[in-house]
Amino acid sequence: MDRIKTEELTGAEIVIRCLQAEGVEYVFGYPGGAVLWIYDELFKQDKVRHVLVRHEQGAAHAADGYSRSSHKVGVCLVTSGPGLTNAVTGIATAYMDSIPMVIISGQVPTHAIGEDAFQECDAVGITRPCVKHNFLVRDVKDLAVTMKKAFHIATTGRPGPVLVDIPKDVTVNKAEFHYPETISMRSYNPVRKGHSGQIKKAVQLLLEAERPLIYTGGGVVLSNASPQLRDLVKRTGFPVTSTLMGLGAYPGTDKQCLGMLGMHGTYEANMAMQHCDVLLAIGARFDDRVIGNPTHFAQNPRKIIHIDIDPSSISKRVKVDVPIVGNIPDVLGEFLNSFKESKTRNISSWWKQIHDWRAKDCLKYDRKSKVIKPQFVLEKLYEVTGGDAIITSDVGQHQMWAAQFYKFDQPRRWINSGGLGTMGFGLPAAMGAVLANPGATVACVTGESSIQMCLQELSTCKQYRLPIKIINLNNKYMGMVRQWQQFFHGNRYSESYMDALPDFVKLAEGYGHSGVLVEKPADVEPALREAFKRKKDLVFLDFVTDQAENVYPMVPGGKGITEMILSEDL
Amino acid sequence: MRHIISILVENEAGALSRISNMFSARGYNIESLTVAPTEDASMSRMTVVTKGSDDVIEQITKQLNKLVDVVKVVDLSEAEHIERELMLIKVRAGAKEREDMKRMADIFRGRVIDVSENTYTIELTGDGAKLDAFIQALDQGAILETVRTGASGIGRGNRILRV
Repeated sequence: MDRIKTEELTGAEIVIRCLQAEGVEYVFGYPGGAVLWIYDELFKQDKVRHVLVRHEQGAAHAADGYSRSSHKVGVCLVTSGPGLTNAVTGIATAYMDSIPMVIISGQVPTHAIGEDAFQECDAVGITRPCVKHNFLVRDVKDLAVTMKKAFHIATTGRPGPVLVDIPKDVTVNKAEFHYPETISMRSYNPVRKGHSGQIKKAVQLLLEAERPLIYTGGGVVLSNASPQLRDLVKRTGFPVTSTLMGLGAYPGTDKQCLGMLGMHGTYEANMAMQHCDVLLAIGARFDDRVIGNPTHFAQNPRKIIHIDIDPSSISKRVKVDVPIVGNIPDVLGEFLNSFKESKTRNISSWWKQIHDWRAKDCLKYDRKSKVIKPQFVLEKLYEVTGGDAIITSDVGQHQMWAAQFYKFDQPRRWINSGGLGTMGFGLPAAMGAVLANPGATVACVTGESSIQMCLQELSTCKQYRLPIKIINLNNKYMGMVRQWQQFFHGNRYSESYMDALPDFVKLAEGYGHSGVLVEKPADVEPALREAFKRKKDLVFLDFVTDQAENVYPMVPGGKGITEMILSEDL
Repeated sequence: MRHIISILVENEAGALSRISNMFSARGYNIESLTVAPTEDASMSRMTVVTKGSDDVIEQITKQLNKLVDVVKVVDLSEAEHIERELMLIKVRAGAKEREDMKRMADIFRGRVIDVSENTYTIELTGDGAKLDAFIQALDQGAILETVRTGASGIGRGNRILRV
């Protein structure tokens, strides 16, 4: 037998070779002392391309947006100390939404660890609560296998970010390089197939259901289960609702889709959630923004089937009757097989009830307004882009309006920070989305407050010619904070007014982009059409919108999901 | 309810803090935690004593299993098990108290393992309640120092936790 030939490489070379072996196209990063050798090796090759951000938070969000919009692993590279701490917000964002990412951080040399060296921080300690797993590589001999583990852990089971912290001396030391093709770990073996007995029970419940509802979450998108979900919904004829994170997995324009549920979900989705008799939850986690008060939710009896890859997501906030741990496409495939010729019940009276709820038209707003309504901008954005753009968003009112008014028909088109709710996410995430989807239309829906949190990335957009369309809904307020202050704090708008805003048009121009100020409703559509015609340019559209507009429906914190405030109530 | 959970974990740097972090981050209570290597040098065994409703305990075991370094988790209190804790206790034992103190140690099957002019150090093994009872039985003023290991546990009979 031939001996497998291995070569002696430096740690820095090994890092790059591992990235190449994983087929990584882009690394988002920022150089610094501890990663100089890695950057030196990046420089010497052209397979892995590096995108230089302007702040490490941007690197993590960009890698995240790259991953969300493509199902590939997002990779970022930061230096020790502040490089890593700056990236932490982005890592935590990815963790909360289960995004597969590998973060490589530099570390001070092994002999200096613990001595409070320059730019030293305990990277594995700081990130431990916000990564799926992390590693400190103390010996260059372990580097390749650690990198393999990092990619393996990030992408399998419930995905998530994995950090590999590499001391500077490890990047200089040499070892034989062999990148393992597969890896097995006795302590880490995520399941794929669901329990067949449980699946049988679940199918039986669905067949007997009189008021069924399918409730889907980000897990459906992450596991690429959209085709199986579509088959199941069509096969059963059941209504379907989605969380913020699951939008697009089932077409938003289809009549079986009730839209988003939860705190700012539609009236019909929340009512159906409360009153269904059999609930099929798929890749969703019954979180506080979705079911509101769990005690109120439990007042109506219903059988709950829950499919999730992560056992700890099941029966965490809501007790489940039929738990099924497994990979969603596999499990749904088995569901479809088990249905075969069996007939579901006639649920026409349930649908009639849903149509009555729908007739409330809960998303209506004043279309005759003389000032620009933010909802109107999003409706026009939907029209102008043909519903076919990748939309990233920041966090707040604009995020909710985008989720309500942009009807996503495909998964991985709606990119937002759902779990952590990170302002500043939208622009860098859009950078990642553009690079992962060359030629696609990418827009970032944001507000004047959120956009200023990672504004520096306009410079990155210029350097790499990223033609993002920024839809800035400028109401001069942290709108969601203002809304809560109006509803629950006696109109005391404590520190939510954004004074001394920059002239965003000039600001965009200062970074070498174009900016357009839009002040009248009649100008909204022409401005959008003009901007989206410019396929190669970043255009910053600054819409001056109604300062007092609120997001409806709204379930106040701690209330039940049917205790909605509707626009008509006021 | 009180539960005693045994965990086999990869013997990696940081494994202990991953586990203790998870408890504090999710607001679970730790009554005691012990950790030491096993006969297999690549693994450590940890025993955590915690309190919580059935739902909380279910989440704790799920969250423990979710940690990448954790190889196996068993809730020992789900079935027959044995639980032991070691205590070293230093007590005042001058000429007056010596005999009483020795007798008390004998009653609890403790051993005097160090003697000085006016102190005894007593070693005592048992479940938590027995150690508590010993402390209660002594004249509180006579206790100079106590150190307890926290509980270790093992399943009865053929109940075996290994890879």
